[in-house]
Amino acid sequence: MTDHLTRHGGGVRQASRIGSAETSEGAQELATRRATAPDELRREVGAVLRIPEGGVVDAGDIDVERSDDETMIINMGPQHPSTHGVLRLMLELDGETVLRTKPVIGYLHTGMEKTGEELTYVQGCTNVTRMDYLSPLNNELVFSLATEALLEVELPPRAVWIRMLMSELQRVSSHLMWMATNGMDLGSTSMMIYGFREREMVLAFFEKTTGLRMNHNYIRPGGVAADLPDGWEDDVEVICETVLRRTYEYDELLTGQPIFRERTEGVGSITAEEALALSATGPILRSTGVPWDLRRTMPYLAYDQLDFDVVVGTYGDNFDRYAIRLNEIRESIKLIRQIVDRMPPGDYRVQDRKVTPPPRARIDESMEALIHHFKVFTEGFRVPEGEVYVAIESPRGELGCYLVSDGTSKPYRMHIRGPSFVNLQVAPVMLRGALIADAVAVISSVDPVMGEVDR
Amino acid sequence: MTSPAATAAALADVPRAAGRHADETAFPPRERYHDLVEAYRTDGFEMLADLCAVDFLTHPGRDLPPGVTKERFEVVVNLLSLSQRRRVRVRVQVPELDPAVASVVDLYPGADAMEREAYDLMGVRFAGHPDLTRILMPEDWEGHPLRKDFGVGRVPVQFKEAPGPR
Repeated sequence: MTDHLTRHGGGVRQASRIGSAETSEGAQELATRRATAPDELRREVGAVLRIPEGGVVDAGDIDVERSDDETMIINMGPQHPSTHGVLRLMLELDGETVLRTKPVIGYLHTGMEKTGEELTYVQGCTNVTRMDYLSPLNNELVFSLATEALLEVELPPRAVWIRMLMSELQRVSSHLMWMATNGMDLGSTSMMIYGFREREMVLAFFEKTTGLRMNHNYIRPGGVAADLPDGWEDDVEVICETVLRRTYEYDELLTGQPIFRERTEGVGSITAEEALALSATGPILRSTGVPWDLRRTMPYLAYDQLDFDVVVGTYGDNFDRYAIRLNEIRESIKLIRQIVDRMPPGDYRVQDRKVTPPPRARIDESMEALIHHFKVFTEGFRVPEGEVYVAIESPRGELGCYLVSDGTSKPYRMHIRGPSFVNLQVAPVMLRGALIADAVAVISSVDPVMGEVDR
Repeated sequence: MTSPAATAAALADVPRAAGRHADETAFPPRERYHDLVEAYRTDGFEMLADLCAVDFLTHPGRDLPPGVTKERFEVVVNLLSLSQRRRVRVRVQVPELDPAVASVVDLYPGADAMEREAYDLMGVRFAGHPDLTRILMPEDWEGHPLRKDFGVGRVPVQFKEAPGPR
């Protein structure tokens, strides 16, 4: 503890720490200039300097010598309503200009990777689905794909296409949610209401299909939990038609609106080099003009058989990311319509009794079915030894699952590469030199979901 | 798969295996890990997609190519090449007594948070990381929770007194 105090020095801060000692995050916090080593300060001030090629910011331009009396370190979060959960940003300000930013995370850490090691592969989906709570089906999908890669089971085509349908609907609902919160962060409360209204339609369909609005445990190793409900084509068409029509209303409400454009254009811009170096993926990387979408570049499921466009931006600013997400809703609707047209008949899960449980009716008449049912739900199925990394394109970027199996029915190690966790690293770069009023807009534009950041 | 010049040199006599999903995996010794990642970066692997650590305490008999000494920890790096549309994996063995490995933040700034996470949850130190502090756990937490010898036990939670019968 004495070490922290010397490191953080600074009379004002020390005094303020007395009351907050219990909640202090110590060295994880942003320290005053006096208490920061010159090297680290230079890195934090010109967050871009971390990029080996440098060049973006000249080291000479950075005023490391500025004294602590001229600047102020403030906390934003973890209870700030606009930080999308329990994100805490520490900002160093000079007047209204942001000089340094450091995200302090971990307030929602519940040890889900450790929990995953205690659950069988059958139960695993109930755990991962709670990570990115705005696109739970994607989490289930990546975990199931990783498990199936180790099991080397081949899925029936209908299961693959149902998964695609659900994951595209999920992208629509997740982006609508983003449109809603982003609208609210910029002061457009109508957009917030509209976004939630449309998202509710998608969630209602999810409830009809999976039984739950969120945290579905619907996509499971071996297929999906249940077939689509009767008349699903009509439900999906209503969603497509309504949401598509309303995206043009959003256009009128936001896209051309001068106030909205003033607040987003040129704010929080980032270059392609920075985004790549910081491992940013998803709309952030695409907003810089890099056409990288795993559905196109490294196809999984059956995306290689579908026709869609990868939406890219030019300037890497907040407006580009807004436009990308809005247009990705339209692309997803295009995809959903193709999937509805081409949905193959057949089984919705693999008929391998070692992986999926038998149908309920069989249990009453077959002893073997009863045994299989019992085994799957008590011990679970054994997965061959090995390790695999599977990545999919979630609404936020590359969602990866690194799974190590030791041959038992529980994962030996389950690591989820959360796109929000990695993407959050670009926030200090985007915020450098921005105004404090734009901080909220920039955070919103990064679209972090804290459940996934902290896992 | 042919390896371009820089990778070929750095990969010389490094044990390799083709993993599932056709991900090529290299098992460099700890001293050559940084050089190998640098060579991959030179050869067009623009992005470090993922970095995590694995504790093999209770699973010592895992399958590794000949020439790799098994150690307790493993740091697993997944690199992504956008131009070649392929991934490679680098798995480094890290001994229990000195759980440290070179940091790759100087090559891939995006490894910053991932290395902090690996340090926080698994206790692997990354030499040369500019700000190796805990990231998810509280500052005063003892131990590294993802290690296999760290119990899953529960922390007692204090609730306010439950409402009595009405």
